[in-house]
Amino acid sequence: MKHNLILRVVSKFLIPLIFLFALYVQFHGDFGPGGGFQAGIIFSTGIILYALVFGVASAKKVIPPYILRALASLGVLIYAATGVASLLLGGNYLEYGVLASTQVAGQHLGILVIELGVGITVMAVMLIIFFAFAERGRSEEECE
Amino acid sequence: MIESHLSLLIVVLPLLTAPIVAILPNGRAPWLISTLVSWSVFTLACMQLANVSTGNIISYELGGWAPPWGIEYRIDAANALVALIVSGIAAVIFPYALKSVEKEIPEQQHSLFYAAFMLCLTGLLGITQTGDIFNLFVFLEISSLSSYALISLGQQRQALTASYQYLIMGSIGATFFLIGVGLLYAMTGTLNMMDLAQRLPELYEHRTIHTAFAFIMVGFALKLALFPLHLWLPNAYTYAPSVVTAFLSATATKVAVYVMLRVIFSVFGFSFIENTPTDELFLILCVVGILMMSFYAVYQQDSKRLLSYSSVAQVGYMMLGIGFGSVLGLTATLVHLFNHALMKGALFMAIGALVYRVGSSRLEHLSGLGKHMPWTFAAIVIGGLSLIGVPGTAGFISKWYLVLAAIEKQYWLIVVVILLGSLLAVIYVWKLIETLYFKSENDSIQPETIKEAPLMLLIPTWVLVFANVYFGFNTELTVGTAEQAIKLLLPGVN
Repeated sequence: MKHNLILRVVSKFLIPLIFLFALYVQFHGDFGPGGGFQAGIIFSTGIILYALVFGVASAKKVIPPYILRALASLGVLIYAATGVASLLLGGNYLEYGVLASTQVAGQHLGILVIELGVGITVMAVMLIIFFAFAERGRSEEECE
Repeated sequence: MIESHLSLLIVVLPLLTAPIVAILPNGRAPWLISTLVSWSVFTLACMQLANVSTGNIISYELGGWAPPWGIEYRIDAANALVALIVSGIAAVIFPYALKSVEKEIPEQQHSLFYAAFMLCLTGLLGITQTGDIFNLFVFLEISSLSSYALISLGQQRQALTASYQYLIMGSIGATFFLIGVGLLYAMTGTLNMMDLAQRLPELYEHRTIHTAFAFIMVGFALKLALFPLHLWLPNAYTYAPSVVTAFLSATATKVAVYVMLRVIFSVFGFSFIENTPTDELFLILCVVGILMMSFYAVYQQDSKRLLSYSSVAQVGYMMLGIGFGSVLGLTATLVHLFNHALMKGALFMAIGALVYRVGSSRLEHLSGLGKHMPWTFAAIVIGGLSLIGVPGTAGFISKWYLVLAAIEKQYWLIVVVILLGSLLAVIYVWKLIETLYFKSENDSIQPETIKEAPLMLLIPTWVLVFANVYFGFNTELTVGTAEQAIKLLLPGVN
């Protein structure tokens, strides 16, 4: 891809915007359309675009596979641990109301944290799937 | 706190463990944590059963939203019994897994293997605990997806095709179930099982409800491998790693049978089934399935495959009880659910011990090994006797109730079929015993390299073998709980 100057410049310009939009969808999800799943997908497309233009190997330098695996687990942990937190605060599992001083603030906080967990896991899993397919039929050296 | 959140912790503990185990480095830590968690879940399941065996019903509101709007976990004797089976088998299999997994699965996949195993446990327990039919679908997918991954880890290349076959069939099953649930939701506007049960009777005549019922039945018949929808099962069980085979054969189909029970008797109600040909259909399929699959089992050349076909036949026995729709029939179903988990768990674990030493489950490679591995062999003999239904083993109790139920309904043909099925079981169990003990060793194997299986494999296997004998004499837990469960499933009859 050394010669496709336009492609490289445009994607370098676009990738930060994609990330920004992903974060908007993530954190505005409780007021408007969106949420963790959509945000995770959008975020991962930013990195997939980078991998398409600059190569899988350099994308893996940005996000190494072992970090992706940890992130995929971390998201689930955030989700499950939020539920446990509300258990410990005296509510039922995933009862967000007890997480903050008032019912409304608790619900707000709860859904934000849960969606963050979803977003992280979806982003990581999408990239794991993408890398798994992108590496098919290549030897280890070619990828690195 | 544990007391009030008991039913929830049974699902959440393995769910929390799965991501933690996945991050851990390979080695013994993932195994150790999984084992400890499976034991604590088993303890919780025992406490839960003690709570509901007096006729109590536990209702847990997730997120504090009251049912029918929120998701409800609703536990009665039937759920608690199945949760006990699943967590009990897991508690026995995790200690066993250490050695067997070290041998059969590459080191770099160990922590992911245990994570997938934990997710599978989460899914199966979730299905038994939940009182919300859509939540049930979600847990079904969790358990199915993780079991596809587990099966594909088998040593032989065929494990991948077997897993793929199961993936296709299982997804069709799950989709059918979801279509059924969607139709129910469209008609009633609710997903809570108890709420559905209240709203359905006035819609009994509606064609959409009948369609929904058909979709759900076919979907779960695929999942529980009811003949003729069993095609995925023999391959999946044969090529999966030994631990996975033992776990799935003892739990996955049992949970699917439980869902059938729940959907037929708690959600739709028996008065709905009486006006449909469901029970006759079940009886015919079960009769043909028991005979054909037992015949198939006799001709298999692989010990795991032989037992897999036997599993399909045994599913037939469980569904017969549902087809009878009587108190005795359902008792037989629930008791056999429990007992079959014990016998198939013990048998597949013993076979796993053979595979640990020999590296193959094909009969030609196993011949004559019984003399070198007497304890493993003895476990197979007792497990086999239980499978046949010899008095003094757990298998006898379930066959006894099944025959009683058939006689009560005066289905003489079915009595004959049950006895014929047992005779065929004698033949295929004898085939195993003959190969293991009376044939001479295969030339390619040096007998001096074959020793008794390590204690880490033998002790868990023998725990299940003893359970087979114990529950053949003491039926208080199995039959007692089953009777308690049936009071709720068939309210009009008692």
